[in-house]
Amino acid sequence: MTTVLKPAFQRPVSLKDVQTHFCPGCHHGTIHRLVAEAIDHFDIQERTIGVASVGCSVFLYGYFDVDVVEAPHGRAPAVATGVKRVLKDRMVFTYQGDGDLAAIGTSEIIHAANRGEGITVIFVNNTTYGMTGGQMAPTTLPEQVTTTSPYGRNVGSEGYPIRMAELLSILEGVTFSARVAVDSPRHVLEAGKTIRKAFQCQVEGAGFAFVEVLSACPTNWGMNSLKANERVGREMIPYFPLGVFRDHTAKAGKKPQGESKLSHLGKKS
Amino acid sequence: MNKRLFVKGNDALAMGAIEAGCRYYFGYPITPQSEIPEYMSRELPRIGGEFIQAESEIASINMLLGASACGVRAMTSSSSPGISLKQEGISYMAGSELPGLIVNICRSGPGLGGIDASQADYFQAVKGGGHGGYHIIVLAPHSVQEMYDLTMLAFDLSDLYRIPAMILGDSVVGQMKEALVPHSYRNPGLPSKNWAVSGKGGRKEQSIIKSLYLGDGELEAHNLKLHERYRILKEKEVRYEGVELEDARLIVTAFGSAARISKTAVRMAREVGMQVGLLRPITLYPFPEQAFRKATETCGRVLCVELNAGQMVEDVRLSVHRDAEVFLYGRPPGAGSQPTPEEIFEQIKKYYEAIS
Ligand SMILES: Cc1ncc(C[n+]2csc(CCOP(=O)(O)OP(=O)(O)O)c2C)c(N)n1
Repeated sequence: MTTVLKPAFQRPVSLKDVQTHFCPGCHHGTIHRLVAEAIDHFDIQERTIGVASVGCSVFLYGYFDVDVVEAPHGRAPAVATGVKRVLKDRMVFTYQGDGDLAAIGTSEIIHAANRGEGITVIFVNNTTYGMTGGQMAPTTLPEQVTTTSPYGRNVGSEGYPIRMAELLSILEGVTFSARVAVDSPRHVLEAGKTIRKAFQCQVEGAGFAFVEVLSACPTNWGMNSLKANERVGREMIPYFPLGVFRDHTAKAGKKPQGESKLSHLGKKS
Repeated sequence: MNKRLFVKGNDALAMGAIEAGCRYYFGYPITPQSEIPEYMSRELPRIGGEFIQAESEIASINMLLGASACGVRAMTSSSSPGISLKQEGISYMAGSELPGLIVNICRSGPGLGGIDASQADYFQAVKGGGHGGYHIIVLAPHSVQEMYDLTMLAFDLSDLYRIPAMILGDSVVGQMKEALVPHSYRNPGLPSKNWAVSGKGGRKEQSIIKSLYLGDGELEAHNLKLHERYRILKEKEVRYEGVELEDARLIVTAFGSAARISKTAVRMAREVGMQVGLLRPITLYPFPEQAFRKATETCGRVLCVELNAGQMVEDVRLSVHRDAEVFLYGRPPGAGSQPTPEEIFEQIKKYYEAIS
């Protein structure tokens, strides 16, 4: 009997073979890979549409070999809603930073989630506005120094970091909401599984799925790659606990796709 | 089809959109256009379409962006304050070369203003209301029939040029009821939307809908391409109505509901033997520059009537023959500020009598 040897490690097919623009030690690259692995796993590259947000991940189309629509800052869930309502049998995901999703786009994410849009949302929480040079984000930790909180985030006047995965988990429209990190091999494996589950949710027509990924931003945190990676576990995870906050995938079952939900109304004469 | 119906302008617009193949509507309630989402929420689910009452105008324009990116006919509608909120999304659609219909049934402003008929959003509509130096196609219906017809035209032009299109109306054309003769939509042979996203599905190249261009010279080239399209629009797609311009010694110009009232005033003038004509721009962008230029070669006086303090008058002044004089009768909008035909007739007399 011959054994076919499969390579244990290779570049996902849906990830292009190009160098990224991400800074050394940035976790966006790892997260991109996990998303691409999920797309490959379900063999949905040919029917996936990514919605890019404004932030460091704006070049989504440069790295993922899938169709992509670029959304204005914060509006990716609304754009994805438009896409998914037209192309009901396609897989639609957004990939958004914390400024994009948890500040300017709060309204769009909450309402897309609440409507139970059948999309997958990848939310990258790096406690700062990466692309614009490290300003305070809604997820910036108490006392954290950023370029616009030079004395440290003062929760008395600037409020507390928002825990989006928990916030969305109380909405009835949400099928799956979880938080993961990619700061250790074990966490990367768990993150990969969770992201896969979020895509599975869509593949099975089970509804809205959300995965928050804690991410390092060495450049804007003023740390080297190792120190930034350590900070995720030391400072972020205690405030942003990892875990699954809502999982109704078993209950949600399969929703009909590509059909008018109101066929009982009959045709207009 | 072809029977006469008695309907509101807003309903006629919604009927025209559906007849033109629009199956996706995204909007947020605001007076005086709510008949449009109400009609769509009732009709679209019956014919396999999608209606979403979005959480805001910002969300609805971005849902439109997403739907249009998939290559289907889709629309949003609102009124002035809501259209302000949509401007970012309209700029992104313009930059991403996405078609789509945006309806503005204007109300008075600034701010919350009032709900009365207004044309004070002219500048916002025709000069590129958002950032970045772009134009959209702007059509101004002046009757219920045109609310139907121009909506179909707006979809066609928008698809053909990959430029968002706007219907600019107000509560007069939106709320009034009059006869409508609906007719079937005929596709004028538009090119296929091979640029749309669909999932790569066998294609080698990705479809990418974006407005970000960072490479050296890329954005300049992109802008020049868009502006070349605007030039072609001006060359090929201008539409206007001319009434008794041949022997006119005074031309009244107005669009939309102001043109409607002005038409009556021009008729009153003709009835007493005054040689007055009407030039009514139907496309506000592209503006009928050449029509004004030509008409003012023989007639040196133009009276511009607007339901604002003077906006279109600037484009009229830029377009007319250099010897022509342009006068403004602008009524800033608000309750009780709509001019009567008699008031406009008074203005006509004032400028007509000055000709000796
Ligand atoms: C309307 C608007 N406001 C502000 C900006 C500027 N801007 C670009 S990216 C960004 C924040 C990005 O931060 P985040 O979403 O956390 O993503 P990251 O870059 O950290 O991945 C901002 C404020 C913009 N492009 N558009």
